[in-house]
Amino acid sequence: MTLKDKLISSYLLFEENVDLESDIHKQRDEAIKFFVETGFPTKKEEAWKYTSLKPILKEDYNFFPKKEDALDYKDVKKYFIHDIDTYTIVFVDGIFSSQLSNTTHERIDACLMSSALNKDKYKPVIDKYFNKAVPKDGMVSLNTAFTREGAYIRIPKNITAEKPIQILNFSTGNQEALMVQPRNLIILEEGAETEIIERHQSLTENPVLTNVVTEVFVEKNAHLDYYKIQNDHTSASLIDNTFIKQDRDSSASVQTFSFGGKLTRNNLNFYQHGENINSILKGVTIIEGKQHVDHNTLVHHQEPNCESHQDYKGIFSGKSVGVFNGKILVDKVAQKTNAFQSNNNILIDDTATCNSKPQLEIFADDVKCSHGCTIGQMDEEALYYLQTRGIPYKEARALLMFAFANKVLSSVRIPEIKKRITKQIALKIGVELGFDA
Amino acid sequence: MLKIKNLHANVEGQEILKGIDLEINPGEVHAIMGPNGSGKSTLASVIAGNEDFEVTEGDIIFEESNISELSPDERAHKGIFLSFQYPVEIPGVSVTNFVRTSINEVRKARNLEPMPAKDMLKMIKEKSELLKIDRKFLSRSLNEGFSGGEKKRNEIFQMAMLEPKLAILDETDSGLDIDAIRVVSDGVNQLKTKENATLMITHYQRLLDYIIPDYVHVLLDGKIVKSGGKELAKELEVRGYDWIKEEQIASL
Repeated sequence: MTLKDKLISSYLLFEENVDLESDIHKQRDEAIKFFVETGFPTKKEEAWKYTSLKPILKEDYNFFPKKEDALDYKDVKKYFIHDIDTYTIVFVDGIFSSQLSNTTHERIDACLMSSALNKDKYKPVIDKYFNKAVPKDGMVSLNTAFTREGAYIRIPKNITAEKPIQILNFSTGNQEALMVQPRNLIILEEGAETEIIERHQSLTENPVLTNVVTEVFVEKNAHLDYYKIQNDHTSASLIDNTFIKQDRDSSASVQTFSFGGKLTRNNLNFYQHGENINSILKGVTIIEGKQHVDHNTLVHHQEPNCESHQDYKGIFSGKSVGVFNGKILVDKVAQKTNAFQSNNNILIDDTATCNSKPQLEIFADDVKCSHGCTIGQMDEEALYYLQTRGIPYKEARALLMFAFANKVLSSVRIPEIKKRITKQIALKIGVELGFDA
Repeated sequence: MLKIKNLHANVEGQEILKGIDLEINPGEVHAIMGPNGSGKSTLASVIAGNEDFEVTEGDIIFEESNISELSPDERAHKGIFLSFQYPVEIPGVSVTNFVRTSINEVRKARNLEPMPAKDMLKMIKEKSELLKIDRKFLSRSLNEGFSGGEKKRNEIFQMAMLEPKLAILDETDSGLDIDAIRVVSDGVNQLKTKENATLMITHYQRLLDYIIPDYVHVLLDGKIVKSGGKELAKELEVRGYDWIKEEQIASL
């Protein structure tokens, strides 16, 4: 039985535990139908040309972990940004862990998708936002069909969340192989501000496949900083589908740090629905062995006077594979668009691969769009310069790699995250930092 | 301190240095002058160990040992410093962190413990004041977006921090206005001791008004064709290089 067949038949089982009469369930039904038709994406599709899901689809995944596994905070503390005060929404094998979480309904909502989906008082919000930012897509439909749990975050008008919100998804591997499909909904109302940190972490070496969908609405004059930390075991794979709809005068940034995992696919989509919007997409990828990280981005400029900035950097060693596929779409009305994209990669070993593909579709005639991608080795001139200052070749290389990756971190606004990621980069590259970068 | 004997060097198969002899002793300031393309910068690069240049003949002796086969970092550990004509921009590494890494790598090579942070800060403060460098400047990425003057000042700041035995200044005055030249040369002059030596590579005589050389050498077509005292530089200023070329031809 293929994974697709298994999923389809398990949908019936899933239906036993949800309200079949709800509006949401109609959407689930439509979604499963769509998935039945389309199935998993294959390399024949342009957007999946360099990433094959085959190796991860052959596992015999379990979809419904039987029991909630109680985790001790001390065992998983290291995966939290724990040195600052945050709201935390924690899931273990897809099930909410109240004991590890610190949710809130005061001033802001940082709580559970299951409550939002099932409680009457959230119905207007769900009707307005749920499943509204996503296009028709196989992986998204699969997630929609099995939508039950995830993080629900709403920052009301003109409120600034006083602390960052962390979303953590742990997999325990109690089941032999596990597939989870969290569904997150994030709404920043007019003038709202918040910072979000998302992480998926497997706690054993058992295969895990996460297919997560996050819908984000950044309304007029709202501001979002979203950090995704991807540093999972090499037995865990992640398909991250994030859709961000922005209204006028808003700004949103998503910064993705990919250091681990077996296969990671980031489908990151920004839709600009108003003037004077700024969208920022940044990423640092440092992988080795047989790891595979694919960034597939879309920025759709639909109104005039907006900006987008994309900056992705990758360092690939061993037999690792990096993919960057960045699409910028500028509609005819979107005059005075400034859209920038840059993707720079360093291949450490001859056996590593990198595919970088910018895709610009511009229908307006008064825009500034630029893209640049580089795939290369180290800058020899810079290496020589460092050597003349007494820094040996190996250390100079490490320092340059660090500097290359570190450049993206300048816009990380939470010092604790910056520190942690800096440390992680240094560790990956093997630089002993005699300083706080 | 430095003895160069019959040095020949190629770049991409073409011979640039065609038999250089040069001796520099502690406490001395030498200037190498010459027209564009005479091989001045090549000489600086070859002494610093740039692997783009192939030494085909001759030796470079530094403090009684042959350094011709050493890598640039090993030469730096021995106390050779090159101030670049075009310093390289390194985004993502701050000036302070770079200097700290550099000093501690040199110390490591000399079997010394890393410099205590307190001493490092004190030294950075002293040396940056010497070169009139703003504190803010030190936290910026190395050379990135620096003006020509800032880059050169930063080179001399690194030199001040590393305290080399032999400092090679490659066209340090190029791109500098008069005020910047004054700051940079004051810095170089204050760093001079009886134990260290300076080798200036320059196209113009201008810098030599500020850093007075003990010896001036004229480099033409890969060879030192004339050496003299500081008055030779003045003469070159007035008469250019052609009369030396003519002298050369006449002597053949």
